Amino acid sequence: MFETFYPILFLVLVAVVLAVALSALSIFFGRRSKSGKKGQPYECGIEPVGTTKEPVPVKFFMIAISFILFDIEVIFLLPWAVVARDLGMFGFVAILIFVTAVLIGYVYEIGRGALRWE
Amino acid sequence: MLEMIISSSVQVVVVILVVLFGCAYSTWLERKVLGHLQHRMGPTFAGPFGLLQPVSDGLKLIFKEDIVPDSVERLTYTLAPIVSFVPALLTFAVIPYSAEFSFFGLEFKGVISDLNIGVLWVFAVTSLGVYGIILAGWSSGSKYSLMGGLRSSAQMISYELSYGLSIVGVIIFANTFSMTELVAKQASDSILFFENWYILKQPLGFLLYLTCAIAETNRAPFDLPEAESELVGGYHTEYSSMRFSTFFIGEYANMLAVACVGATIFLGGWNGPFFLSFVPAVVWFLIKVFLFMFFYIWLRATFPRFRYDQLMRFGWLVLFPLAILNILVTGLFVLL
Repeated sequence: MFETFYPILFLVLVAVVLAVALSALSIFFGRRSKSGKKGQPYECGIEPVGTTKEPVPVKFFMIAISFILFDIEVIFLLPWAVVARDLGMFGFVAILIFVTAVLIGYVYEIGRGALRWE
Repeated sequence: MLEMIISSSVQVVVVILVVLFGCAYSTWLERKVLGHLQHRMGPTFAGPFGLLQPVSDGLKLIFKEDIVPDSVERLTYTLAPIVSFVPALLTFAVIPYSAEFSFFGLEFKGVISDLNIGVLWVFAVTSLGVYGIILAGWSSGSKYSLMGGLRSSAQMISYELSYGLSIVGVIIFANTFSMTELVAKQASDSILFFENWYILKQPLGFLLYLTCAIAETNRAPFDLPEAESELVGGYHTEYSSMRFSTFFIGEYANMLAVACVGATIFLGGWNGPFFLSFVPAVVWFLIKVFLFMFFYIWLRATFPRFRYDQLMRFGWLVLFPLAILNILVTGLFVLL
């Protein structure tokens, strides 16, 4: 147990330290010059109008919800895949029924236009 | 016990250094290959063949001013590059690069950690990358960043489905989640050294993996999050100096990671032909990773960018059903 997870813990530690060090490097070495216009968000030279803290199009929300639904399907397929040979025909028919159930939802979702981008 | 701690710590540090070196020289390779594909020379001035270009780029970025716009959310703005860089490195924890070997009396396993759920670890960790991007897009307080971040996260979660499903066919054949066992099962003593590679048993799965991997790492022709001609730089528009560079290294580390995973799962990992057994295993592994990286760059020079609705339709209406079909056909094939 320790032999498997110690290297991963150490890798996480090194990766985090490295990321913090890398992203902070320019704070110490970079030059600084203060100017009022520098603090504005980049808008191709035009004065910024409005804020970005506005509602997001619902399309993206639909995509996120569909992702969660179908990702659960992936999670259920993986344990079957490891023992597919041992389970034999019984396992295959079971997973076929499961996939059919999910595909009905998939066809319904597309039929209602959830993934249309016009 | 102490020996194990020393050897695995050394291994972690060496792997990270190699990955960072690989990231730096992937940028050189990209500019050089892209240059020659467009009848240019690519970088030539810094060192022979422009080989010192990554070094000079890095030095330049370190001494650049760290501009933080006034409209940012400080905490998430600072965290975002770190959150997108760390998961990219974590993938390398389960990638076997060589057989067991000993060096200066220390035993090395040829993989940082031989997790028995290696494939699941890869998917779990790659999924985390999307947080860095959405945090960066949202906290920058710029419209380009917000649009880039939204597009990018929607694209990444859409293609993650087929990305996960494309491997299931291989798992059905191999009966294991462990990356080292996957490599062991692809070994062969015959003159046709590639006869057991899963690319031959799972050609459709490999194509799906390749497509989704490119979309997952936001590379051309799926590089809409960065679409420089319309979104400036996408989610990292407001980042400068080494903060930007952390994103950039993370992106290339991600590319290397999916190349390594692809080479391990589909192209036999570090297995080489038996009649060339005097060549170290790690060389074969690096050659396969290089082929993946070259393919990436080649694609960038060949294909124009997708439109966003085309991209989403392709992911949900083409790749997803194909991946399901591939799994069912493979399952049936194994049983019959």
